[in-house]
Amino acid sequence: MITIKNLHATIEGKKILKGLNLEVNAGEIHAIMGPNGAGKSTLASVLAGREDYEITEGSVDFDGVDLLEMDTEERAREGLFLAFQYPIEIPGVSNINFLRTAINETREHKGQDPISAKDFMAMVREKSKLVELDPKLASRSVNEGFSGGEKKRNEIFQMAMLDPKLSILDETDSGLDIDALRVVAGGVNTLKSEKNATIVITHYQRLLDYIVPDFVHVLHDGKIVKTGPKELALDLEEKGYDWIKEEN
Amino acid sequence: MNKVADKSKAFISKLDKTSVALPNALKDKANSILASLELPTTRNEAWKYTRVAKLGKINFATSKGNISSIDSYTIDPQAPTLVFVNGYFSKSLSNNHLPEGINFTLLSDANEVKSEIPIEDEIFNALNTAHLIDGVALNIAKNTILEKPVQILHILDGQSVMSNFKTRIDAGAFAKAGIIQGYFATEASDKAFANVTTEIEVGESAHLTIDKIQFENETSFHISTEQINQSKDSTFTLNTITLNGGLVRNNLNINVNGENCTSNLNGAYILKGKQHVDNHSVVDHRVANCQSNELYKGVIDDNSTAVFNGKVFVRQDAQQINAFQSNRNVLLSDNAAVNSKPELEIYADDVKCSHGSTTGQLDEDAIFYLRARGLSLKAARQLLVSAFITDVLDKIENLKVKTFIFSLLKERFGWEITPEDFH
Repeated sequence: MITIKNLHATIEGKKILKGLNLEVNAGEIHAIMGPNGAGKSTLASVLAGREDYEITEGSVDFDGVDLLEMDTEERAREGLFLAFQYPIEIPGVSNINFLRTAINETREHKGQDPISAKDFMAMVREKSKLVELDPKLASRSVNEGFSGGEKKRNEIFQMAMLDPKLSILDETDSGLDIDALRVVAGGVNTLKSEKNATIVITHYQRLLDYIVPDFVHVLHDGKIVKTGPKELALDLEEKGYDWIKEEN
Repeated sequence: MNKVADKSKAFISKLDKTSVALPNALKDKANSILASLELPTTRNEAWKYTRVAKLGKINFATSKGNISSIDSYTIDPQAPTLVFVNGYFSKSLSNNHLPEGINFTLLSDANEVKSEIPIEDEIFNALNTAHLIDGVALNIAKNTILEKPVQILHILDGQSVMSNFKTRIDAGAFAKAGIIQGYFATEASDKAFANVTTEIEVGESAHLTIDKIQFENETSFHISTEQINQSKDSTFTLNTITLNGGLVRNNLNINVNGENCTSNLNGAYILKGKQHVDNHSVVDHRVANCQSNELYKGVIDDNSTAVFNGKVFVRQDAQQINAFQSNRNVLLSDNAAVNSKPELEIYADDVKCSHGSTTGQLDEDAIFYLRARGLSLKAARQLLVSAFITDVLDKIENLKVKTFIFSLLKERFGWEITPEDFH
């Protein structure tokens, strides 16, 4: 699905990613954990195509295409989805209308006809149920006046609507109470299939009780320094990140 | 302004004196003001950010134009329509079957035409008075409720044409009406100048709404002055939507003469190229217990410039006034500019007034967010720009007017967005 090789990225001349390698296959869930400042969110931003970052070295192959050559919107249309750590509030822009535009631009990209209004509304009803998002909220301005939990549920709702190949959840658990966390994780688990893959970026092990990863990677100082099964997350929770820092 | 004795005005030397039956004393006064005043320069405070010297270099003429269809200028297809080309009434293009309770008189047909537009030190108003071509007086009888709006379309056609045009609207007590004013220019129109005055009387308890659409062209000049008097318990709304025009200056003066009035002034301007659009407004709260709401928003691209100057007076005895004024702008290019000056002058002590002005850019994080969902950069910018401006467009209650505005946005700015995309 995605193969990241020796990825180096800088922002304003500061090196953040320093030779990151990662391979994720269809049907897998990978967790990336690490201390603050390790480069977790940078990785998410770089994969989504944020232009503030400069890629100085390395390659990213996304299902046979060169991801780094594509604009942000092309990546999205090819099936890459980033659930934002801090979803942006966009006053005046209707959540479902912009999603309809997004879906239709993606369908056009794939040579498909636009979705009918009826099918679209049926999909909104179905997918908003998945994350227990009030359908009224779905039609309001993007994230405007949403609580922290509603914003995260809206991210997963959008993910469900767009049906991506690869989803990157950037600290989706941050600021969530346990009920919201369960709902969000439940949505992610329902959407999981043999055809898609998920990268879960988190600082805490807690989320991984609900979204169970196939692999856990530890990111430290811009590189993946340790990879293991889901139990690795428990070790990290117990011993803290200093253990990793000392090892490296 | 500089006074120059017996100054000949080359730029208006070809224009005929008005044949409209304005009072002779007024005509004489307008002519003498015109003879003694120069075009304002940026040293004049009221014209500080708007240069009109270009007008002085054009040798304007009048012309009846040559238009065979108004299809692309018809804002509300079902509304009775009065069409003026370069200030001249076009009977064949008009559909002037007005409903009961409202009648119109062409100013050129009237035996006596009043004008209360101030002309002292106002060269464009004096010019409009001295060289008035024609116009219309609309009288809405007391208690008349108009189901459909009446639309007045003014179209510029031809080279270096000047139109001096006037509209008078008198809404009787308890009347409720909507008027659409559309200002357009044909493709053949080049360096044409619409110099327009509008006088409005809003009677006691009357509700009058005006939707003013400005869509002339990039070489055109448009200077208009609206003079409004509100009687007690009345509601007046003016929505000014400026989407094309080389140089546009709107002078809007509201005298709130009666208590318990509401005045709503909404403006949206979307500029590109080298357009220059200047909105000057004065709301004069002369009496107590009234409210005014002023919201002007602009999107400024390329090398275009927007000017906003809004003044709110609250006179000494005008207590319990709620006056709100806001001007917000988004700049889409490094060469775009805004000069915004909101002003409050308050002489009463028990009032609630606020004003504010902001100028900024589109939110880059929001653009990234939308692109990360698959929207193109263009679509994302368009969506944010329209979301910014939409709360002004939402003030327009006539859906046909709104739909027409979106068709203009598509034509001029390539917007693929409909009113349903917002709320």
